[in-house]
Amino acid sequence: MQRSLLINPDICTGCLQCEMACSFEHFGMINPSKSVIKVFEFHHDGRKVPYTCTQCAEAWCLHACPVEAIVINKETGAKVILEDVCVGCKVCTIACPFGTVNYNHDSGKVMKCDLCGGDPACALACPTGAITYVDSDWTGLERMRQWAAKTDSRPKAQA
Amino acid sequence: MAWHKQVLRVNLSKGTCKAEPLNMKWVQDYLGQRGLATKYLVEEIDPKVDPLSPDNKMIFVTGPLTGTMASTGGRYSVVTKGPLTGAVACSNSGGYFGAELKMAGWDMIIFEGKSPKPVYLLIQNEKAELLPAENFIWGKSTWDTEELLKKKHQDPLIRVSSIGRAGENKVLFAAIVNDLHRAAGRSGVGAVMGSKNLKAVAVRGTKGVTVANPKEFMKATIAAKKVLADSAVTGQGLPKFGTQVLMNVINEIGASPTRNHRDVQFEGASKISAEAMHEKRPTDGKANLVTNQACFGCTIACGRISKIDETHWTVKNKPEYWGASGGLEYEAAWALGNDNGVDDLEALTYANFICNEDGMDPITFGATVAAAMELYEMGVITEKDTGIKAPFGSAEALCKFTEWTAHGEGFGKILGLGSKRMCEKYGHPELSMTVKGQEFPAYDSRGIQGMGLAYATSNRGACHLRGYTVASEVMGIPVKTDPLTTDGKAGLVKAFQDATAVVDSTGLCVFTTFAWTLNDIQPQLQTACEGDWSLEKLNLVGERIWNMEREFNNAAGFTAKDDTLPKRLLTEAAKTGPAKGKVNELGKMLPEYYKLRGWTPDGVPTKETRQRLGL
Repeated sequence: MQRSLLINPDICTGCLQCEMACSFEHFGMINPSKSVIKVFEFHHDGRKVPYTCTQCAEAWCLHACPVEAIVINKETGAKVILEDVCVGCKVCTIACPFGTVNYNHDSGKVMKCDLCGGDPACALACPTGAITYVDSDWTGLERMRQWAAKTDSRPKAQA
Repeated sequence: MAWHKQVLRVNLSKGTCKAEPLNMKWVQDYLGQRGLATKYLVEEIDPKVDPLSPDNKMIFVTGPLTGTMASTGGRYSVVTKGPLTGAVACSNSGGYFGAELKMAGWDMIIFEGKSPKPVYLLIQNEKAELLPAENFIWGKSTWDTEELLKKKHQDPLIRVSSIGRAGENKVLFAAIVNDLHRAAGRSGVGAVMGSKNLKAVAVRGTKGVTVANPKEFMKATIAAKKVLADSAVTGQGLPKFGTQVLMNVINEIGASPTRNHRDVQFEGASKISAEAMHEKRPTDGKANLVTNQACFGCTIACGRISKIDETHWTVKNKPEYWGASGGLEYEAAWALGNDNGVDDLEALTYANFICNEDGMDPITFGATVAAAMELYEMGVITEKDTGIKAPFGSAEALCKFTEWTAHGEGFGKILGLGSKRMCEKYGHPELSMTVKGQEFPAYDSRGIQGMGLAYATSNRGACHLRGYTVASEVMGIPVKTDPLTTDGKAGLVKAFQDATAVVDSTGLCVFTTFAWTLNDIQPQLQTACEGDWSLEKLNLVGERIWNMEREFNNAAGFTAKDDTLPKRLLTEAAKTGPAKGKVNELGKMLPEYYKLRGWTPDGVPTKETRQRLGL
């Protein structure tokens, strides 16, 4: 079974534990500027939205890469950067329609979400459950359940 | 490492920014943030300095856990000599700015001198420069300042800490505001910033933070986060209701100062409570509260984000106030509300927005308005002075006063002095509800006896954040004590004061202590920091910080005579509620407190105490 990151912005508090966890997992230091998940704040509406790579099946970044530095991890489905192959040309950062592949000037390579090899640090660190890691084929399950809960065809008791 | 060991020294007179090594010997004795910056301050300034003169210094400081995954590890403090009090000032703020400063590679910034012209400091990692603020952000609100800085430097990820017009005008309770609605709020630190012609500090940091023992640190922080999540207060009450969870509780126990402390219960409290913020308004069907919000790294998320009813008279035809912004926390709701007898939730939210927008401490501001309203009701001042009818309960007067004080207009110029100077000016110093010149927060010490001692001895003037015995006396944390007795309160106050001094020096938020004790904090510090950080050492650090602050204040001219409360609290009994008939019995607690502190009856640390603490 493959899993996907499922993000529910309604319960994100903007604490950035996910950004810290992401940078710690990949760089061994706490540094949100190196996180590949980003929390956006829409201040006027009081909304906070975590955003990261959705791991497209037909990934634009992968197809755009001229040196085949982006490969699919068969187990997780993640599109993963091979750092020793990546030449830092940044074509993938242009190709990605969602902006989720970005350049890291320290390494001279690009970086993107790799699902931490199947145990995403962001989801583990999220204190409210705004980021979870669920069955890829059933990311709508919880929303379906909520709607299901609202249906009730039993006869109403007379008031 | 948990400390970058780097200090940025900014000489505003000369226009220079220089890096220097952090004094690691002092780190061992004073930890970070509040303790460490206060050590720098007391070593570098004359305690008798005029707080608004170029000779005063102002320090922005982080703690060793700022910018780490420890829950709430995003705090910074502003330490200086406060213009409202003349005592040491240390105001603590959350949001994201503190962590960003740490990410840029700095433990603290020391500002000295005064810039000949308005400037702001831009920090991009190791690069720091002073840039002109005139014809750009000077004269602008903190909200506009942040937006303009991000635009000019083409970087939406910049974090900004700035003063509004209140700070520029040297309102004596001006705050320094970061991330639009988080504030180093008390004691007038914003006026010091304004006196230095420093408008803002804008930071972008990409260097990150490391800890001494990452694996063990993660274990310790995960365990500590679980303690917060499992606590009814930090896991449920604060995220859902914010600090406003206290509004009805404190009112019910008869400890809610009302109408400038004439009363101890406010009949309108439920209308401006946390519960009221959740209720749908009849006008637009929406609740005042939009959502809760966390500061950097915080797994509690007590912050309130509110929207004002667009049809409310305060914001009619003012769409700039229709968006979501920092809503009422308990202290602001109380000071603007109960203390003035105002029960209009939307008006209070508006006044709070303005306090954030132009950088004012809503506690001192609200309490100063309360004193003005009492003077008005007594006939000492009239509409001629105030520019508007100003009886208790007038939301209109409150909102006008807020605008005028924020913008430096009319009666706002008098209010901007704080209640002590204002009441002296009108010949009624007894109506100023202050200790050492700083206004009380939202707990009446007639109904919570220990708080009377905590206020009287607080090193930055009346304050709930220097020793929050409310936790014990009202909430039973860590153990329940009777709020109406003085027994054991001297020891309780000392314990809270010392422990809080440690928490304020870590980079963590003091609200964690609704669930955590130093036993929960110690393992996080120990695994993040180099060296030994045992509980024994931390306890000693806390006590050392408290005594260092006390000695600074003594040298600044304060004496035991200043460890007192306004006459009203000592002689006018509470009229209603469980504390009915009670005054604060400070005299029963203070001598014991001095003794426990190892101070002389004059409130001076003895030679033995100084030696024991290595002062």
